[in-house]
Amino acid sequence: MVAAGCGGTGRELEPFSGPDGLAGLDFVTRSLTLDPRAGGAGPRLVEVPGGLVNAVGLPNPGLEHFLATELPWLVRAGARVLVSIAGATMGEYADLARRLSRAPGVAGLEVNVGAPDEVGAGLFEVREPYHAASVIAAVRREFPSDRPVLAKLRPDVSRIVEGARSCHEAGATAVVVGNAVPAAFPDGRAGGLSGPAVGPVALRCVAEVHRSLPAMPVIACGGVRDLASARTYLAAGATAVQVGTALLHDPTTVARLRADLAADPQEDA
Amino acid sequence: MPVAEVRTPVHVEGEVVVTKRVGAHRHLTLTAPGVPERFRAGNFVAVSVPGHVARRALWIHRVRASSAFGPTLDVVLEPRGEGTSWLAAQPVGAKVAITGPLGRAFALPKDAVSCLLVGEGYAAAPLFPLAERLRERGCAVSLVVSATDESHLLSALEARRAVRSVTVVTADGSVGQRGQVADHVDDLLRRAGADVVYAAGPTDVLRACAAAAERAGAWSQVALESPTPCGTGLCHGCPLPVAGEDGVDRVVRACTEGPVIRGDRVRWDAL
Repeated sequence: MVAAGCGGTGRELEPFSGPDGLAGLDFVTRSLTLDPRAGGAGPRLVEVPGGLVNAVGLPNPGLEHFLATELPWLVRAGARVLVSIAGATMGEYADLARRLSRAPGVAGLEVNVGAPDEVGAGLFEVREPYHAASVIAAVRREFPSDRPVLAKLRPDVSRIVEGARSCHEAGATAVVVGNAVPAAFPDGRAGGLSGPAVGPVALRCVAEVHRSLPAMPVIACGGVRDLASARTYLAAGATAVQVGTALLHDPTTVARLRADLAADPQEDA
Repeated sequence: MPVAEVRTPVHVEGEVVVTKRVGAHRHLTLTAPGVPERFRAGNFVAVSVPGHVARRALWIHRVRASSAFGPTLDVVLEPRGEGTSWLAAQPVGAKVAITGPLGRAFALPKDAVSCLLVGEGYAAAPLFPLAERLRERGCAVSLVVSATDESHLLSALEARRAVRSVTVVTADGSVGQRGQVADHVDDLLRRAGADVVYAAGPTDVLRACAAAAERAGAWSQVALESPTPCGTGLCHGCPLPVAGEDGVDRVVRACTEGPVIRGDRVRWDAL
């Protein structure tokens, strides 16, 4: 799967995606909001050992424009489109879910309830697991039950099991464990750390969730860059993995990983 | 309407085939299968540096369709940080992961108009292949190369056959006219009778060129240098504030909607 915010609009990734392009690929869009967002001022990303600190600010064209232009393109390219949604209120999440439920070609939703600095980004504050769960419940009410709703959670090992359980109980089909880890830029500005450095953090969270809730599907996200790192998550109980920051370093990562996993099939990824 | 030619970028393993120091710069010639063939003036490549997640964006200075090494491309480096220093130190035979060609290229005029090309430092690199394309179209090309001093100046020797005139400006006056581009650009524009100004270099140079073009009623296109963490448009990490055709302010990606953009579209104060 392509992780949210790391595949551009899809068009930028397609040239690097091998002979099949995006066909058959689970593509999570960058997080969409009801209204267009310009994103934050620069610098939005800074390099640190083992990764990147980012505070991009969820730039996106808003739901309207996405439905009119980006979604039809992705559908035509054959991608399985999972739309990442973000909102400032539960009502916004519900609105997004309702409108996306009617849009042709939306395979499912990924609810962004684990941004590294959601308050700074103007999003609904997720301090406690029940905050995330109430958002999931609001989304689930508006979105057909035969299509998946994924809850993307912050890799906070002290709360992740509780968060995963409450989101699952609220109707999440699966949880995505891993997101940028709350961090700061060298100047102290809030941001999120991603890349190989966060792999072990996300792995701990995936393992804890799988141990406590073995029946719940867990999608791992954090530092996946090759077959070995993907296999590590699958061995820890993940049913699938997402590739994010690695695409910024090598845009062919997903194509390579798909080919490697197909050549050595053990589990779906 | 003719269908635009599709030139999708590739991600390949390239190899350093020539490396030479010229003044303060390092010139590398690289093989990168598929990149030179797709190149248009104004494109750049993104290069991986071991141990670093973010990539380094480099202007393409020249491409050769054939050489002893096959098709090659040249880049100019000014070693500044860890990444550029590592690249500059790579010997012949070193392998480098290269993605390209990336970004929007310079738009070329349909008619044989008069063009002023202004570039400063190593970032003047994309103007050299541009000069050749313009010359092929019968455009009268005036080239201005500037730098802080002689060692940071890109040589205009090879460009001489493609251009009508070359003007050199250095801040310390070590060669050519003394001063900044901004001090001379109005005069140079008038003398060239330019209809189009193409600029590449630091932001202040681009801004001065865009403003001079605006004053003279000429078009301008500027090749912006901004840190592009991925270079491919995936990360949204290189915001570029612009005013759209519809007058609405937007933030676009410098790597994808740029790096070449009309000078009058850039919201310079918001950069």
